[in-house]
Amino acid sequence: MAPSAPLPLRSRAAVAAGRAVAGASKVARLGTGSVVGGNVALRLDPGLLRRLTAGRRIVIVSGTNGKTTTTALLRAALATAGPVASNALGANMPPGIVAALGRAEPGAAAALEVDERWVPAVLEAVDSATLVLLNLSRDQLDRSHEVRKIAETWRAACAAPAVQRVIANADDPLVAWAAGDAAEVVWVGTGGWWTLDASGCPACGGRIVFDADGWACTACGFSRPEPSWALAPGHEVVVHGEERIELDLGLPGRANAANAAMVLAAADGYGIAPAHALPAMRTVQSVAGRYRTADIDGVSVRMLLAKNPAGWQEAIDMLAPPPRPVVAAINARIADGRDPSWLWDVPYERLAGRYVVATGERRHDLAVRLRYAQVDHGVAESLDGAVAMAAAEGDDDAVDLIANYTAFQDYLDQVGREP
Amino acid sequence: MTDRSSTVAVVVLFPDLLGTYGDGGNGLVLHRRLQWRGIASDLLEVPSGSPVPETAQLYLLGGGEDAPQTEAARELGTDGPLHRAVEAGAVVLAVCAGMQICGVSFPDNQGRPQEGLGLLDCVTVKTDEPRAVGELLVDADDRFGLPPLTGFENHGGRTRPGPSATTLGGVRAGVGNGDGTEGVLADHGDGRGKVLGTYLHGPALARNPALADVLLAWALGMAPADLAPLPEADAEADALRAVRLSAATRGNLDGVAHRTWRDRLTRRS
Repeated sequence: MAPSAPLPLRSRAAVAAGRAVAGASKVARLGTGSVVGGNVALRLDPGLLRRLTAGRRIVIVSGTNGKTTTTALLRAALATAGPVASNALGANMPPGIVAALGRAEPGAAAALEVDERWVPAVLEAVDSATLVLLNLSRDQLDRSHEVRKIAETWRAACAAPAVQRVIANADDPLVAWAAGDAAEVVWVGTGGWWTLDASGCPACGGRIVFDADGWACTACGFSRPEPSWALAPGHEVVVHGEERIELDLGLPGRANAANAAMVLAAADGYGIAPAHALPAMRTVQSVAGRYRTADIDGVSVRMLLAKNPAGWQEAIDMLAPPPRPVVAAINARIADGRDPSWLWDVPYERLAGRYVVATGERRHDLAVRLRYAQVDHGVAESLDGAVAMAAAEGDDDAVDLIANYTAFQDYLDQVGREP
Repeated sequence: MTDRSSTVAVVVLFPDLLGTYGDGGNGLVLHRRLQWRGIASDLLEVPSGSPVPETAQLYLLGGGEDAPQTEAARELGTDGPLHRAVEAGAVVLAVCAGMQICGVSFPDNQGRPQEGLGLLDCVTVKTDEPRAVGELLVDADDRFGLPPLTGFENHGGRTRPGPSATTLGGVRAGVGNGDGTEGVLADHGDGRGKVLGTYLHGPALARNPALADVLLAWALGMAPADLAPLPEADAEADALRAVRLSAATRGNLDGVAHRTWRDRLTRRS
């Protein structure tokens, strides 16, 4: 790897100014400060992202769901081979990336979470990168109203010379199509199941049929690529159809096992063998507050994040079995998408047998959905009230909380960001 | 459809093409409101490429992206199973892209006019106006006997109702058809089923249970007032409607008191 050149004065000043603003923002309790600080730095030096990524080993993680957790696992895996910088708190647009890299030591590798709409712009600013593409599904309907358009921009971006290698989810047709023009693709079978956004063939507009063996377009023959890494039942990863690796993660759920399989494939590309990467990945037990347990007035609350139908499906898989009550929180601010009609794409019917308390600013939208899902439910305005109402229906002072993006951030502030 | 002894079939058409905005929920709302009244109901999801049943009582078309919308119109044609079902008295609710394709013509993803199903007397066009995204509040025409209708709209096209069309009502907040009216109704009064188009997402029938009951009454051939009462009142929807009506009239989309400085500084886009 080329040693990184010293940053020009303007860039150093921009980084310093960004850090100062971030610090002030943090002191003022406005958040972690990285986004506002990065914004200031980018205003002062628009070429900063290119300069900060030069000479580093860059791995970019993108997709609708699992970006932050996958990036945390990747960071742990890469750290077994040297220092790693990462935008670990989910600030995943250029300002957040700049803030993370501005703190990094020269030559440190970078594990970067990138918002799916920003992948082409970030790739334009880097000389060489590995791209990890997790999945694409509907999210924030009023903003990204066409998920296929994102797949198209990804496909063009994957063909860029800067993209050395793509680690791609073979079970998501939109991702498979997006990665199709890349110079080198490592396919990972994740056993994906969210098919609602992928039934129209991205290649020809024909119809894609899913079955137990994979998927294929009935019109043009575009079909699931044969993966070299595959998640098997029981959370094992099978490599090249031979070697079997037990994951035994510190994170729950099938979705995180799939994320880990993608990370193992990415780390392997840098010469970090699974046996080496996995012990470090297993130490990851909560990520930016996700999966942690908080105490709220004597009730043990496990905190899960779900932002969209595919994410909710995964989060429901992670719930403790009934009768453990559930608090479900929905907001519809700009970062969440203004239109919560996606609640009707979530299989809330699967919560039957549990008592669910709807909260968040759009709790009434959720309550209507729960009525038609025939799930026993209540409504509470505040998190404290919702937790108390839910716990009263359980038997062990423990509840599971699933919240969407801004609701989750509010609750993290409320319970304290540090575990 | 006046045969009340048999099961009422509710068909959600092409959820794979026209299901982007949770509009499949309209099917669930109709299905449950029938069941809760003790009326047997089947809820069927019919994906594109599958045969469209002709004998159901209620058909639903949802919102979708430009290319799938054009594909849906191509599959349904101008004289297909859905047309025969309407001839026989079936009721259709068509939302957003679904309404656009039910008209005489609609724009494809290049803005070129495509032939619609011809079930509604309206034409949808692309204009240089910005995409209509936000809360939509509609005062329903008196003929429907409905309270204000609430929903979320998200569309680029503008819909021009034709001379034989009735609209759903007038826009109090939002854009709707684009000329101050919202929605299009085809009501021939000759045994053919009614076809109602609207830009209301939400889904529309979840936010407006009274509209769901109007559709059920049409399908069952009775007056809405003659429908059996539900065993449990629509308390959740009443609470939701109060918040959304207030949000639409005050332009306060969160339904909360204010946006903080923290929201402004840390929002992600």
